[in-house]
Amino acid sequence: MTALTLPDPKRDHISGSAAGSIKLLEYGDYECPFCGDAHPIVKEIQRRLGDDLLFAFRHFPLTNIHPHAEHAAESAEAAGAQGNFWGMHDLLYENQGALEDENLVEYAAELGLDDARLIREVTSEVYARRIREDFKSGVRGGVNGTPTFFVNGERYDGIRDLEHLLNALTPQRA
Amino acid sequence: MSTATAEPQTESNSRRPALRPGTPAPDFTLRCTPNQTLSLSDCRGRPVVLAFYPADWSPVCGDQMALYNEMLDEFQNFQAQLLGISVDGVWCHAAFAGKTKLRFPLLADFEPKGAVARAYGVYDEKDGVCERALFVINANGIIHWSYVSPMGVNPGANGILSALEDLKAKSETLAAAK
Repeated sequence: MTALTLPDPKRDHISGSAAGSIKLLEYGDYECPFCGDAHPIVKEIQRRLGDDLLFAFRHFPLTNIHPHAEHAAESAEAAGAQGNFWGMHDLLYENQGALEDENLVEYAAELGLDDARLIREVTSEVYARRIREDFKSGVRGGVNGTPTFFVNGERYDGIRDLEHLLNALTPQRA
Repeated sequence: MSTATAEPQTESNSRRPALRPGTPAPDFTLRCTPNQTLSLSDCRGRPVVLAFYPADWSPVCGDQMALYNEMLDEFQNFQAQLLGISVDGVWCHAAFAGKTKLRFPLLADFEPKGAVARAYGVYDEKDGVCERALFVINANGIIHWSYVSPMGVNPGANGILSALEDLKAKSETLAAAK
């Protein structure tokens, strides 16, 4: 597979160790229920693999069927600009039923961020272009729905549960 | 490039295969709303992306059409017109398009059922639905690229974009040669 579907620590939001030898990339949509289902599984994978794992997230909002997805993605980016992408990322996935703009402000406050700046950046679409870049890279890389995972650059088409994903990530340990 | 031959051949699969690149795209006129029709020839002069799919409402289709709906700006960059097509009737299409907020036409290959899909070689006789097939048709109405995906697999949009890029490069080369 091409570099397109490998995490790029220079550009992507990454979690875990940049030197991690196992690379997991998610294309996700904060309003997508299947992504919400996958979120705790990813958290558990991160816990188990620790520094062996480099996890990256890119946005793939289906904005017509998920009317809150774009602002949710932009709020994660805006939180990232204030140094806490992952805090917002987790709150969004954990509160998929509450993604109105006022909720985004609450989450920003909860994370101790400048909530006025965050909502200003979200409503003026400061990060829309970056999110579109994520989306387009996904389309070109073979993403056709959410969530889509890439394991070391290869699209993962298997069952999205802990056991199967872990086996794909650590075949030598299976 | 067509992967139509990758389809598993079954005993009922005696129909002719999907039309190949270089073939003139058969013209058709189908209903796109309860009181409007659309003809392929109306789109002459610009590329057309014809996306056959088995049914409104089924989860994979929803994903595929929802994805294309997000891609309309990209298709527009190539002046391409996207058309979805299935054997569902106009009212079903209207409800589905409303629910998923689709911003491109869905055509009803409804009466006689599947006639257009048959003309393109992508009608599944066994299940009575269109196959999941993509055609990129050039501005002169010639099929430039086609792809038939396994029924349950969303083919995504990467192949369509590559075909549109290729088409654009070819037409620019031609224009430069003139």
